Amino acid sequence: MDAGSEGSQVLRREEFPRLFSALEDAGYQVVGPTVRDGAIVYDRLHGVDDLPRGWTDRQGPGRYRLERRGDDALFGYNVGPFTWKKFLFPPRERLFTVQREGGSFTVVPEPVEAPLTAFLGVRACELAGLAVTDRVFQGGPVVDPGYAARRSRVLLVAVQCGQAGGNCFCASMRTGPSVSGGADLVLTEILGPGPHRFLVRAGSPRGAEVLSPLNLPPAPEEDERTVGELLDRTTRSMGREMDPTGLRDLLRETLQHPRWEEVARRCLSCTNCTLVCPTCFCSTHEEVPDLSEEKVERWRRWDSCFNLGFTELHGAPVRASGRSRYRQWLTHKLGTWHDQFGTSGCIGCGRCITWCPVGIDLTEEVAALRVPVAPAGPPGRTA
Amino acid sequence: MPAPAKPRLAVWKFASCDGCQLTMLNLEDELVALADRLEIANFREASSAVVAGPYDLSLVEGSITTPEDAERIREVRAQSRVLVTIGACATAGGIQALRNFAHLDDFRRAVYAHPEFIETLATSTPIADHVIVDGELRGCPISPRQLRELFSAFLGHRSPDLPTESVCAECKRRGNVCVVVARGIPCLGPVTQTGCGALCPSYHRGCYGCFGPQGSPNLPSMLDHLTALGMTPPEVTRVFRTFNAAAPAFRAAADRASGLSGAP
Repeated sequence: MDAGSEGSQVLRREEFPRLFSALEDAGYQVVGPTVRDGAIVYDRLHGVDDLPRGWTDRQGPGRYRLERRGDDALFGYNVGPFTWKKFLFPPRERLFTVQREGGSFTVVPEPVEAPLTAFLGVRACELAGLAVTDRVFQGGPVVDPGYAARRSRVLLVAVQCGQAGGNCFCASMRTGPSVSGGADLVLTEILGPGPHRFLVRAGSPRGAEVLSPLNLPPAPEEDERTVGELLDRTTRSMGREMDPTGLRDLLRETLQHPRWEEVARRCLSCTNCTLVCPTCFCSTHEEVPDLSEEKVERWRRWDSCFNLGFTELHGAPVRASGRSRYRQWLTHKLGTWHDQFGTSGCIGCGRCITWCPVGIDLTEEVAALRVPVAPAGPPGRTA
Repeated sequence: MPAPAKPRLAVWKFASCDGCQLTMLNLEDELVALADRLEIANFREASSAVVAGPYDLSLVEGSITTPEDAERIREVRAQSRVLVTIGACATAGGIQALRNFAHLDDFRRAVYAHPEFIETLATSTPIADHVIVDGELRGCPISPRQLRELFSAFLGHRSPDLPTESVCAECKRRGNVCVVVARGIPCLGPVTQTGCGALCPSYHRGCYGCFGPQGSPNLPSMLDHLTALGMTPPEVTRVFRTFNAAAPAFRAAADRASGLSGAP
């Protein structure tokens, strides 16, 4: 690695296509943000023109709108309805096929397609999310072969956020807005003063390899300062906050809090919060036989703890009430996740707030749970 | 030893549009494979050749709207080992259940030149109100995928995989951008059961609720939500009074929106 790639370098906006080409020259297909159907989604990109130039997203509880910015920012938005998870843990995936052969059968494994892929535009919170799913799918004794194969072929190109969204609280969860590690390349977009440009630094040897043919000039010290100020401003403008201290204990101690009943009155049990969450990983399996019963395919599909079928045992669900399901989700995400995986399951991206049709805001729910309830009635008669 | 007889299939029609039966015909190539495993003994939509019962599997389309049909469904039940209702008419009374909320005579006079010739019940009711039903496929019309799954489960002596989750789950798997959150379009997806593959939201339309209420629908919250999106009580009443108007959860929602009752 040469000295230049250790610090930041400057990539001018008009040279951004060179970075794109460098990724493609290194063999990566690029996926990243693009405008589709009124939102910024992650999809295959074929060039810089596919990026959401001049667009931003305005978010509130249960609300998302694309808006025009007054500038040509390429990454001037926060997070959309989808996550990188879908590329590593597909919504529906065939796992294997069983073929009948006379009186016996053979199991035909599903080949895993894992093309070299660059994730362009990964936010700091999303890097934390990927660290969580890495732990879930490949950090234990059982490794998910599909996830692991795809993940090993991914190059992470992070872009630090130049602004915070209405439902962002990564600063509370200590996952952003600055990227501290886990990315192969880290970009920060500087819209001014001076020319529209990016500060780029390599976070790994692979990242440095992609960057090196570009021969970019080192960044002047004032640009580093500008980036620092930008990130400070982003930190100060978080739309939401959630005090993460003692969350694990709080959730363990508030299982009978009346707030659960209250939130269950609003919760639609629609599963949106779990399916937009970058760290929710639940799935179920289905067997799909052909009508001749000569072969059967096993598929895996995303599932959610808000579904009745999720806890169905002996013909009835264990968590029959909306209250028990919402409580399960939140106590797992913010509490027992620590016991299971050693971290919080929440990265502070705010997607569950935005994409909940009725705008349930977990930061508000947690704040409500922190309000102690006056003990009422004899023991055993809790709410 | 002779080969074991193939299970016999019958398909029955009550008050309905035949669309669900057509879904079966639309299985096309797979029908051939199906005919290898099942004897299609009584399916008048496909063939006038009818083999007498009893039947191992009866699929019932349509709702009960006449005294004759109320009697006929009992005969069908008596001849059927397994009876599965198919479609919104059979499972919830269908669009014709709108009569349940109005005066039958008004319709009779408005529609028919000689209303005196029309003998019909005052209500359209699902099959399960009349006989014991072993399973149901929702939808208007039913999903070919779920129909296929039903046949395969029946032949394999297992329970069919028919999730009761919301349409939202399928939207998210398909990668649809939520029309409610991103565009403010009213959509019944959160309270409606999956099965259609999130068809309407995939074309930027709100869900119309063809598959009826999902497994654990929260209608009171949904009504507040639709109101917050700007819908008036008559509009809210109307969106719940379509193909599944008489499904208890949707009926209660429409009643509540129209001020007929206190709580769903």
